[in-house]
Amino acid sequence: MNEPLLQVKGLKKYFPIMAGLFNKQIGQVKAVDDLSFSVYRGETLGIVGESGCGKSTTGRMLLRLIEPTEGSIVFENEEVTKLSPQQLRKVRRDMQMIFQDPFASLNPRHTVEKILEEPLIVHGIGSKEERRKKVREMLEVVGLSSYHAKRYPHQFSGGQRQRIGIARALMTKPKLIIADEPVSALDVSIQAQVLNLLEDLQKEFGLTYIFIAHDLGVVRHISDRVGVMYLGRMVELANSEDVYRNPKHPYTQALLEAVPIPDPEYKKEKQLLSGDLPSPSNPPAGCAFHTRCQACMDICKTTKPAWKEVEQGHYVACHLYT
Amino acid sequence: MAELARNEANIVQEEQATSLWKEGWIRFRKNKMALVGSGIVLFFILLAVFAPFIAPYDMNDQQLSMRLQAPSKEHIFGTDDFGRDIFSRVVYGARISLWVGFFSVLGSVVIGSLLGIIAGYYGRWIDAVISRIFDIMLAFPSILLAIGIVAVLGPSLKNALIAIAVINIPNFGRLIRSRVLSIKQEEYITAAKAIGMSDARILFHHILPNSMAPIIVQGTLAIATAIIEAAALGFLGLGAQPPNPEWGKMLADSKAYLTQAPWTMVFPGLAIMLTVLGFNLMGDGLRDALDPRMKS
Repeated sequence: MNEPLLQVKGLKKYFPIMAGLFNKQIGQVKAVDDLSFSVYRGETLGIVGESGCGKSTTGRMLLRLIEPTEGSIVFENEEVTKLSPQQLRKVRRDMQMIFQDPFASLNPRHTVEKILEEPLIVHGIGSKEERRKKVREMLEVVGLSSYHAKRYPHQFSGGQRQRIGIARALMTKPKLIIADEPVSALDVSIQAQVLNLLEDLQKEFGLTYIFIAHDLGVVRHISDRVGVMYLGRMVELANSEDVYRNPKHPYTQALLEAVPIPDPEYKKEKQLLSGDLPSPSNPPAGCAFHTRCQACMDICKTTKPAWKEVEQGHYVACHLYT
Repeated sequence: MAELARNEANIVQEEQATSLWKEGWIRFRKNKMALVGSGIVLFFILLAVFAPFIAPYDMNDQQLSMRLQAPSKEHIFGTDDFGRDIFSRVVYGARISLWVGFFSVLGSVVIGSLLGIIAGYYGRWIDAVISRIFDIMLAFPSILLAIGIVAVLGPSLKNALIAIAVINIPNFGRLIRSRVLSIKQEEYITAAKAIGMSDARILFHHILPNSMAPIIVQGTLAIATAIIEAAALGFLGLGAQPPNPEWGKMLADSKAYLTQAPWTMVFPGLAIMLTVLGFNLMGDGLRDALDPRMKS
């Protein structure tokens, strides 16, 4: 791996809980709590976790669509958290996002042409003819046709719309694309097409992806490295193969065991996770996972496990490995 | 079978780029009551535009020998207590009522939308201040507030128009504010921010166009209300001043002759009723066409 494109250190997002007559803060939700990781040029970093573990919040904080409470985000040697609104808009040219819901992320009153042209207008790229030409080229790149340009989003299927969303993200030739569950709203048959498109685009344009998903199979398919999040913290981060073949953290193990195996004869003692995700407004002391952990020890209930490299490039936060 | 297949092929070919506006228009066209309403509105607009050609007499032409004549061949709506032709006055009155209705609503839409957008988009204390002002204005019965404003500015048609515009501002302001609040949460707005768009561009290219449908619907319905309010102010002597043939004023002037010469009241009254009905039908049709989910 070469130099990191994006470095995140100690990223936190606490949402205040307001209540009462005078809107007093009565607590806070620790949506993301002390997150650190790096993304290298040209790789795909997958981030997986249950609903509500803070993975989408993380993705949005990287673009500062949600303001981080604390921490640093360094993108190409620039501290994103300290940028003024004008500087931030320039950085967003190099950092784009693909959204989960292809029905909600496209303005229903704009034609595809206008949707795709807008990033170029906003960043003052090209003349009107050049922009129109680029829009049509990009439509072909993502597997649509140039005659689709005059249509409106509601005239497309979910998969086609997601292609439009991808095309929009690519218009400014960004370096990093944050894909926030880009295929989870699509049919399984379409998911594979869109994933392959993303992989092809990565090769063609030398893109770096942060791929957020809850589907372990999808993440394995596309990621070079995978980070597993639980209750706003990262519990394990390693090469994709290491995470799937040799998971260290009990949570990762439980997640992988919950993946259904398409074989009706296959029977195995499964250690399925029991209990609910604890409330992020009142997370358990010590290791956040200890309430559901099979291997829970006394130390887990009192002390936060440290983030440790247990093998080459394989990071885990668990007392089993200290 | 072959014909069926050909029909299907035609349908596919006809499926071109249709914007939401176009689809709304197609739905509107199918709605008979809406078309009737639009017809009535169009009729009164034509009446107003071509009033000098339609009216057989000058609206202020007094023929004292012809006072309070019943409808006849010469005066199809009869004459009033000054011997003026009521038909001509009703025709010219369309100008006044439509003018007041349209421009007062335009005024409240522009100012209300601006305040509503600012309140909805920026939130926090700006929203609190603007929303409380709206609440205070809505706490007064609107006609009372209008009377108050005219009392301060002095009675005239222009001031009645201003008063009607002012009292309708909070209605539009709150409508837009709530639209902005919900659209602001849409993912395409987040997407617009992620692209690096400025607030102004997001407001005017994304939020405002998506808020237009309810504004148009509410605006059409508000024209009907504004016409009634203008007539009410005219009736109270606070709107149009004599000899302006404002419909409400005509009602007020003729109330003394209700028993002897009912036509002096019936025709201006009918004119008000029909115009208001037309705008209401059209507004309901627009609502059904532009936002099918609003249909109850």
